[in-house]
Amino acid sequence: MNGINQEDTHRIIERVARQSYGRLVAYLSANTRDVASAEDALSNALVAALTGWPRDGVPQNPEAWLLTAARHSFIDHVRHRQVTEASEPTLLLLRENSMEMTLSAEFPDERLKLLFVCAHPAIDPAMHTPLMLQTVLGLDAARIAHAFLVSPTTMGQRLVRAKTKIRDGGIQFEVPQERELPQRLDAVLEAIYAAFGIGWDDMAGVDQRSRDLSEEAIWLGRVLLELMPREAEVRGLLALMLHCEARRRARRGPDGRYIPLLEQDSQQWSLPLIEEAEGHLAEAANLGRTGRFQLEAAIQSVHAERARSGRTEWPAVVLFYEQLLRISPTLGTRTGYAAAVAEANGPEVGLAVLDGIAPDDVSAYQPYWAVRAHLLQRLGKTSEAADAFDRAIGLAEDPAAKHFLLQRRG
Amino acid sequence: MQFALLIYHSPEEFDMRKNDYSDPHLGAWRAYYKALVEVGVYVGANALEVPETGTTVRLREGKRRVQDGPFADTKEQLAGFIILELPSIDAALEWAARCPGASIGAVEVRPLAPEAMLRGFTG
Repeated sequence: MNGINQEDTHRIIERVARQSYGRLVAYLSANTRDVASAEDALSNALVAALTGWPRDGVPQNPEAWLLTAARHSFIDHVRHRQVTEASEPTLLLLRENSMEMTLSAEFPDERLKLLFVCAHPAIDPAMHTPLMLQTVLGLDAARIAHAFLVSPTTMGQRLVRAKTKIRDGGIQFEVPQERELPQRLDAVLEAIYAAFGIGWDDMAGVDQRSRDLSEEAIWLGRVLLELMPREAEVRGLLALMLHCEARRRARRGPDGRYIPLLEQDSQQWSLPLIEEAEGHLAEAANLGRTGRFQLEAAIQSVHAERARSGRTEWPAVVLFYEQLLRISPTLGTRTGYAAAVAEANGPEVGLAVLDGIAPDDVSAYQPYWAVRAHLLQRLGKTSEAADAFDRAIGLAEDPAAKHFLLQRRG
Repeated sequence: MQFALLIYHSPEEFDMRKNDYSDPHLGAWRAYYKALVEVGVYVGANALEVPETGTTVRLREGKRRVQDGPFADTKEQLAGFIILELPSIDAALEWAARCPGASIGAVEVRPLAPEAMLRGFTG
């Protein structure tokens, strides 16, 4: 192992951990449902790798090495627990499997089951995304806590509670039956989308909080696609995320200034990402089952078209929004629809759509106020516009968005 | 449930108070207060004068000790507080993240002690 220094070894361990974390946790916990112990075992294995590999060299099959080390640690742990709890079935399961393990470095990919477990209806929906980020990607509780705006201690406790429920609550590691698949898959897609964290891609109405998780979300989207290549909505979600990701650079000026979608320099958008998104969207259309994420991706696809044609086809955007409203009439959809209708048919039409939303629903929904302010301003209703701008500014979190809205307010 | 948002300023942010009315940071504060009131979560708030105007008093072994300035010698100092009526700590953290003070200084969120405990002090 000459020529490989400690730093390289660490980088290799990081890469293997990143690529294999979810597979190893899923495999170790699939039979026992004990996710927490599987994670502990894997982190013990990673610590062993950090001390052993720089000294002895990187093993031929790093993933198999980690699995073997993690299994030993896992069995020790379960044995230890057995003193106080009857875990005999667990041990039997482990023993049955250990024979085949020594014969082959290949082991089944149970990540799909793990994803469905994380987004199981018996688990608090607010914990679906944090669970996925931790068990499939290996993110630590503190980082997840920052993104979800809760204290690290609280996030840690919530994760522990959710994992206990998985272990003791009879939640099965299985891919749902055909009959319940659409609904269960929807929960998985929602959870991944929540990690991506774009609420609305225009008018300084973006919630920046989960922004740093967007790469992780795309990674999860790719994993899911690898596991379920025939599901149209899986491709729809990935296409949506890639379209938005393609614009990342264009969303900020060189000085950190916020730039809304319509004012972005489309030459700065990433063409490879747009093309990849378009490919997934076309593939999804071939599968013949439309859905929420495909429609949202289609809206983004119309926007992306501006990079080629130089203009935005607003009637097409409106059309996709109308379909989207039928299956997913969320506040975000209705607000986006209002903005699109305003571009296609005039600000007063957009404003009428906004007026149709119950005031109580939007009193603290920032994108609504950003769009409303913009439309009132275009209609020359200066003082009403100023009030709406104030609300949008007061509800915004991102300082760049606040600054942008303050300038627009005048 | 009531929560206090304790606002901590750096010296730079205290200095910003002297700025013109058109200062964007002050504009963000105005909009924030307005939103708190209009959304209906606002209970009360107050701002404190700059830390240099503070005087700290201690009684130790029967002797008075008086010190110029604030109690703790740290860079970020208490600058004010906002009391909000909210259903949960999660909602309180959300409002703290929106607070313009969070992007320069810091905002600490603390639940107000229950009234039963307060009665223990006030009789």
